[in-house]
Amino acid sequence: MKVLMFGWEFPPHISGGLGTACYGLTRGLSQIGDINVLFVVPKAHGDEDQSNISLMGANNVPVSVKKLRFSKSDKSINYIEVGSNLIPYVSENEYLKLSEKNISENYQPVTINNDEARFNFSGTYNNNLYDEIYEYSIVAKVIAKNNEFDIIHAHDWLTFPAGIAAKKISGKPLIIHVHSTDFDRSGGKINPRVFNIEKEGMEMADHIITVSNLTRNIIIDKYGINADKITTVYNAVEPVSENVKSKLKKGVKDKIVTFLGRITVQKGPEYFLEAARLVLKKMDGVRFVMAGSGDMMNDMVKRAAELKIADKVHFTGFLKGDEVTDMLHMSDVLVMPSVSEPFGIVPLEAMQSNVPVIISYQSGVSEVVKYALKVNFWDTYEMADAIYGLLNYPSIWRLIRREGKDEVDNLLWKNSAKNVHEIYLKVLKKKQDNLPCTTEL
Amino acid sequence: MKSICFCFEVHQPFRFRRYRFFDIGNDHYYYDDYTNETFMHDIAEQCYLPANKVLLELIKKYKGAFKVSFSITGTAIEQFNLYAPEVLDSFRKLAKTGQVEFLSETYSHSLASLKDEELFANQIKKHDDLIKKYFDVSPVIFKNTELIYNDRIGEIVADMGFRGMLTEGAKHILGWKSPDFLYCNVINPRLKILLRNVALSDDLSYRFSNKNWSKYPLTAEKFVDWMNADKKSEIINLFINYDSFGKRQPASSGIFDFLKKLPEVSLNSGKLKFATPSEVIDEYQPVSSVHVPNTISWADEERDLSAWLGNEMQDEAFNKLYALSEKMKLVKDKDMIRDWDYLQTSDHFYYMCTKVFSDGEIHDSFNPYESPYEAFINYMNVLSDFILRLDTFVPENSAEKIKNLEKLLKEKDIEIFKFTKELKDKECVLNLKKE
Repeated sequence: MKVLMFGWEFPPHISGGLGTACYGLTRGLSQIGDINVLFVVPKAHGDEDQSNISLMGANNVPVSVKKLRFSKSDKSINYIEVGSNLIPYVSENEYLKLSEKNISENYQPVTINNDEARFNFSGTYNNNLYDEIYEYSIVAKVIAKNNEFDIIHAHDWLTFPAGIAAKKISGKPLIIHVHSTDFDRSGGKINPRVFNIEKEGMEMADHIITVSNLTRNIIIDKYGINADKITTVYNAVEPVSENVKSKLKKGVKDKIVTFLGRITVQKGPEYFLEAARLVLKKMDGVRFVMAGSGDMMNDMVKRAAELKIADKVHFTGFLKGDEVTDMLHMSDVLVMPSVSEPFGIVPLEAMQSNVPVIISYQSGVSEVVKYALKVNFWDTYEMADAIYGLLNYPSIWRLIRREGKDEVDNLLWKNSAKNVHEIYLKVLKKKQDNLPCTTEL
Repeated sequence: MKSICFCFEVHQPFRFRRYRFFDIGNDHYYYDDYTNETFMHDIAEQCYLPANKVLLELIKKYKGAFKVSFSITGTAIEQFNLYAPEVLDSFRKLAKTGQVEFLSETYSHSLASLKDEELFANQIKKHDDLIKKYFDVSPVIFKNTELIYNDRIGEIVADMGFRGMLTEGAKHILGWKSPDFLYCNVINPRLKILLRNVALSDDLSYRFSNKNWSKYPLTAEKFVDWMNADKKSEIINLFINYDSFGKRQPASSGIFDFLKKLPEVSLNSGKLKFATPSEVIDEYQPVSSVHVPNTISWADEERDLSAWLGNEMQDEAFNKLYALSEKMKLVKDKDMIRDWDYLQTSDHFYYMCTKVFSDGEIHDSFNPYESPYEAFINYMNVLSDFILRLDTFVPENSAEKIKNLEKLLKEKDIEIFKFTKELKDKECVLNLKKE
């Protein structure tokens, strides 16, 4: 079975949960015998390695075909990088800033490597996110035309038009994978154009995969999609090797409570600070770290000062792979106070690193794990109480740490991939059953 | 003639309010009055009042042929007093018929029997005083919290003068033996042991309204046939949580009609009669002793203590609590003693159980917490405040201790000084005499 997958980000350059999830799932699928994945990723060229990307004239989009070999698996998958400014999580405004920057860099000499092919297509290049999405969908059409596959799998809204285009040209069934909706990302301020793209994708899809029942319910309630068409497949985590030792030593004796993620409205950073204030009122010997960046970061720095806890709250800025591991190794408790989190892979990574976690009920991951403290994101008193409890009563800390590690080690991408595989088979079977009718017509 | 021995457990804990860590040292009131009162009203209306009414009617109707026994905890009685005095009245009416036996318990349905023998004995006494006060009877049969039992506990209970004790007819204890006979304690055979008939008791309390049960629906006739099935057995011990009537098995399931019908069908069968635990002990001879080296209870599949002391959170809470018992002996303050009692209620530990995760079975007693962790943190916050208060009553910091020692030293010094002086004086006198 060949799968044409429109996804995001491959290592080493992973900026968030979506990339991690795409990678993990693809890796899991590669362990299933009869599956071959052709992976298509947009490659933004803001701060990235530009050697493989030609900054374009009017109607050239650079495409490079690469091979990715997974360890522990003799299979490798082909993946195609499409030159595109699309990166997950950007808002329209951020996108504008990004593309303006690129224009000034546009007039650089272009080197084309041997493994790079180039597709020609008609269309214009514009500094508009929606045009870019459209652009991408045209590339998708070309790719779909030139490759053989049985099923299309598209991750999150930016790739939905590409998925739809591929479906239209090939007639193959489309599966869309919803990692988040605009309701989660925008904190309630829905962008109607994004909503429409999402809704169209959901309607065109033969089946929808959601990362949690929380997201599944949003799709049923807010997008009006038939529940029979939606299946939840939980994310998992890549097992980590035991001997990953932190290079950094903790410089302070104090206990460390960590917030790890983008500092945006979706992640509820202000609730973390409020809980920190409450805890600091009652106990010494504890520090709070906000690791990550985002549009609310400056507000949070200011807020910490207002609350007069700035000496105990530390901001690290954006952390990359190893730094994340170091941060987790230093942490005694991780808090994820997300307001609306379709899944939330960070707590699983923390549990893997032996860090007890406190998560909000408003996260998909809370449907999966049992050995975690769960609170409502708005209830900062309860959150503070949970932090205090974990820091002061050793038995609960030990219990959650040990059992949590055990629990998360059993959440494998292999199993998630198996569930996805089953959905593939179901959808293909349905398609086959319907086929005689359509040929008769 | 076979005896049916009914014992109903009546217990309510004083549930804690959400006690946040900010409250530690600031607020010393721990109870969720609203929840406790609401819950008491609900259960009084659904269970205690209608069930007591049925029992009273049956006792009057069968004039001495129908009898039951109750074990009512101290915390339940305190809550009747606070929130539902009419329930207490209805129990008193039952007591007056003389057909109802009241059993001994621990005052706050505690786990003291596992930790502190002196405390255990005190709690039993406190409970029995309360029973004497309200029902004017002195219990002679003991039923421990959640039927917790081992040979040593039985021995303590025997030493306190009780004639019999109730516990679980746990399979792993009985082996091939039947619970339907009288047994005795292995250390002190004077203490008779009544064992719960697990299957028949649970038919009533758990399965009665379950439509997926192969024996559904359960009628009085069917039940009497089952009780009569084994011709040799002597006693059928039906020990049931009282809230099975009307709460766990709602009135709509027909449980009250079943109860109304049961005496008639039983007595008409000609092979059954009703007896209280002390009547059973008077009438039957123990067939053997029962050997229980490891503690048993009536909880869950395991029938052990793992529902209360099965994970490290429960162990920490339990050990921290009972580490205070020596100090508490010095405290006379009424509020402190009340909180000390209520802190020991086993339900608090039950709420911290993480077993539900693994066996998927729901612990169905009313649980005010979302998770065992929440239960634990809340309990530890309350306990932390209690410890702070206790320290003000019984100072323990080292400065205080040193001061006490210094005082002692000074006293001894004075004494030595006095004795040396006396010695010298005597020597003087002796010397003088010599001269």
